[in-house]
Amino acid sequence: MKKIIPMRKMLNNQDGIIKKVSATGEMGRRIREMGLVPDTEIHVQGRAPLKDPVAIKVRDCVLTLRNNEANFIQVEIDFPDTPEKNTK
Amino acid sequence: MKKKITIALAGNPNAGKSTVFNAITGARQHIANYPGVTVEKKYGSVDHKGYRIEVVDLPGTYSLTAYSLEELVARNFLINDRPDLVVDIVDASNLDRNLYLTIQLKEMGVPLLIGLNMVDIAKSRGIIIDHEQLSSLLGVPVVPMVARSNKGTDELLDKIVELVSNPREWQPAKISYGLDIDRAIDEIESIIKASNIIDEKYPARWLALKCLEGDEQVFASLEKDPDLSKKVRAITQRVIKHTLSTLEEDPEGVIADHRYGYLTGITKSTLKRQIQSRLNMSDKIDKVMTNRILGPILMVMILYGMYLFTFSASEAPIHWLDMLFSKLKVIICTVVPKGHLQSLIMSGIVDGVGSVLGFVPIIMFMFFAIAIIEDSGYMARIAFMLDRVLRWFGLHGNSVISLIISGGISGGCAVPGIMATRTLRDPKERIATLLVIPFMNCGAKLPVYAVLITVFFSKNQTTMMFLLTIISWIFALFAAKLLRLTVLKGSQTPFVMELPPYRLPTLKGVCIHTWERTFQYIKKAGTIILGLSILLWAMMTFPQLPANQIRAFENQKNRINRMILHSPALKKYIKDSKDLRQIDRLYATYVQTVTKKDKKLITKLKKSRFFPLLKAIYTTDRNKMDSPRGYNSDTTIPESITGHIKDELSKAAHEYIRYKQMEEKIDAAQRQAALKHTVAGWLGQKLEFFTRPLGFDYRTDIALVGGFAAKEVILSTLGTAYSLSDSIVNQSKSLSKRLTTDPSWTPLKAFTLIIFIMLYVPCIATLASIRKETSWNWVWFSICFNLTVAYTVSLIISQGGRIAGM
Ligand SMILES: Nc1nc2c(ncn2[C@@H]2O[C@H](COP(=O)(O)OP(=O)(O)OP(=O)(O)O)[C@@H](O)[C@H]2O)c(=O)[nH]1
Ligand SMILES: [Mg+2]
Repeated sequence: MKKIIPMRKMLNNQDGIIKKVSATGEMGRRIREMGLVPDTEIHVQGRAPLKDPVAIKVRDCVLTLRNNEANFIQVEIDFPDTPEKNTK
Repeated sequence: MKKKITIALAGNPNAGKSTVFNAITGARQHIANYPGVTVEKKYGSVDHKGYRIEVVDLPGTYSLTAYSLEELVARNFLINDRPDLVVDIVDASNLDRNLYLTIQLKEMGVPLLIGLNMVDIAKSRGIIIDHEQLSSLLGVPVVPMVARSNKGTDELLDKIVELVSNPREWQPAKISYGLDIDRAIDEIESIIKASNIIDEKYPARWLALKCLEGDEQVFASLEKDPDLSKKVRAITQRVIKHTLSTLEEDPEGVIADHRYGYLTGITKSTLKRQIQSRLNMSDKIDKVMTNRILGPILMVMILYGMYLFTFSASEAPIHWLDMLFSKLKVIICTVVPKGHLQSLIMSGIVDGVGSVLGFVPIIMFMFFAIAIIEDSGYMARIAFMLDRVLRWFGLHGNSVISLIISGGISGGCAVPGIMATRTLRDPKERIATLLVIPFMNCGAKLPVYAVLITVFFSKNQTTMMFLLTIISWIFALFAAKLLRLTVLKGSQTPFVMELPPYRLPTLKGVCIHTWERTFQYIKKAGTIILGLSILLWAMMTFPQLPANQIRAFENQKNRINRMILHSPALKKYIKDSKDLRQIDRLYATYVQTVTKKDKKLITKLKKSRFFPLLKAIYTTDRNKMDSPRGYNSDTTIPESITGHIKDELSKAAHEYIRYKQMEEKIDAAQRQAALKHTVAGWLGQKLEFFTRPLGFDYRTDIALVGGFAAKEVILSTLGTAYSLSDSIVNQSKSLSKRLTTDPSWTPLKAFTLIIFIMLYVPCIATLASIRKETSWNWVWFSICFNLTVAYTVSLIISQGGRIAGM
């Protein structure tokens, strides 16, 4: 089953497909120009030691986003892979 | 005659534009493995097939909006200077994202050529790009290349010449962004075309597109015709409302989505993946290097390793330079006659410039180490790991890079550090970083620390040095927090940053990098510091004491000389003033020969009839210095001499030393009086009023004023201010010895001074860079802010220490 969650809630090493970018203005621009647009596949590479920022792999390159930015990106994931209790 | 053409290199940050620029023009541009290195445009030229090709290296950008400096620089250049051709450097290992800019260049309509760079990396990741297919789909010629190893550069030049010889008009590409937006673009385009206010340089369709993207710069240019601008704004408002209600996105977002949609179609049919592996080499390294637990440990180890490397590698060269400068001084001493000229060359030029050049090795090795971690891509990981911490202080992950270059690991230079702040996008974060950079322990502050630490904290030298590094970070971070809560209040910028893949640094790249930054430091020595040392020397020399005061001191000294000649104990050895002068001179040589163990000179001296006395004076003087409780006369005289001759000699030596000490006191008093009489002395005494609560006297103040010019000058100025040369034993005591014996110097005072030097005003070179990067207002602010912080903190330390009874 598929499910849509904010990117921030994704687990490390999880795959997903961006469905929506709700950020506007400066943040929206920065997010989009780096290739984070709907229908893009992403893979969460990992997080910095303090859990923020998150490093994701998009279109062959690694990007880092702060958690408050990752909040604006809705990602579709395979449902059974994310038991609710493991997310923060 | 050669035909002149101009081409511009555009492309994403870190795509290799500067590498291409260097490869085709033979220039030596700064390249580094993190995005945003080139911020200004750089010019170079090359001759090819009868053309003189002017090449402009533009700053790397992801798009062509008006929201950041680099994008504006790039975009304004393309529009205003109209290069004959734009070469878009595209990173083949990252095709989608790089083509996003290509599309925007096409939208603008510039004549375009794609340099498909880094095909080697793409290949190693199993990515094969059909460049002919890419070319035909985009309608733009494509030249595959590997700029780093010079592959494809000739083909690129050939293609450039070929394209330029058949020039064509600018043709803004038509891309569909969805029905509503397309219609609005057509509408605005025709309105703009109908009016005449817009310069022909600007393609109308592109302007229309930018209006829908909410580009304020374009709106501002339409403002000249209020009617037009009103109409355009009405249309954009309508579209915004529409897209927000139907798609829940602003038109800008919709446009971006369509661009990516368009180019995903193109890359799908041109790009083939041979390997489907998720993790490439770089990702695997990152699994370790940015691991939750291992990452920070490795980071600390790497930074500490850089510190160790810098200080152990630079030890020997610093020693050599030191010897070189003292040799030079000896030569000058003999060649240039005593007087103002000698003093100017010695303390004005050699000491001042020498103190800068003497520390070049530390700076150089530190920059070498930094260049390696930058070019390998690790620096970006440090920024990534520390972003969370720095954000709390209102800074950015990338601020770390600037702070490290400025001396964050101790030993660096604020000038290149300030230049490195250019990778920060947000102006407020950038200014905050810029303003706290001077708190770092740059290479110029280290020598002062070193002397004060050896004298007052000799037991814990390494701990002390480490403590100072930590203290400087604490001050920098909290000062940043303070600034971000007050004068630089504001939200933080998004941190969507690229982590570049790990790459093996090239020797050439690292050397260019190191040299470029080191050179900025050396340049200081030749310009600012040379001038300032001379100025300071003059300030500390003139005006001289009035003649009658000098005469008074001379009279006192003459009286002592007369007393020596009349002394019963010395009568036997020194008959007249000629003898006295000779003994003074011979004694100087004697001390030198003993310390240097020069056998030839000793045998020569032994022939002199004064030799027994010289030897006695030396031993007596030594004993006096070594045992503070006085000395035992029996042990002072060489064993070979016995009986009453021994007593006589010993008495004579004592008398000589006693008188010479009196003379030395007068000398010191004269020097003090002379220094107080000079401009610098006057200034120092005025400042003493402010610095007395900190425990600094006028001599320290003079040094601190000198340090305002350049921190390197502090030590040499302090040395001159405390100078105590040509004393009885005729050996110039070093500054550190002088400080040890001076009762007014305590560890507390030394520590206060160290902290004050760490925090107070940035040097002139740094201020000049701050001016270049910001405005005069921030320069003044920086001076006042740093002085206030330094003064307050030092006051707390010195008064607190006093109360605590230190
Ligand atoms: N393997 C490989 N590396 C390359 C190639 N071209 C450039 N590089 C490396 O890529 C990195 C970035 O190169 P730069 O020339 O600084 O990139 P830039 O586009 O000028 O970057 P900004 O000035 O930040 O916009 C450097 O480490 C280069 O050594 C190439 O063709 N192959
Ligand atoms: Mg560059």
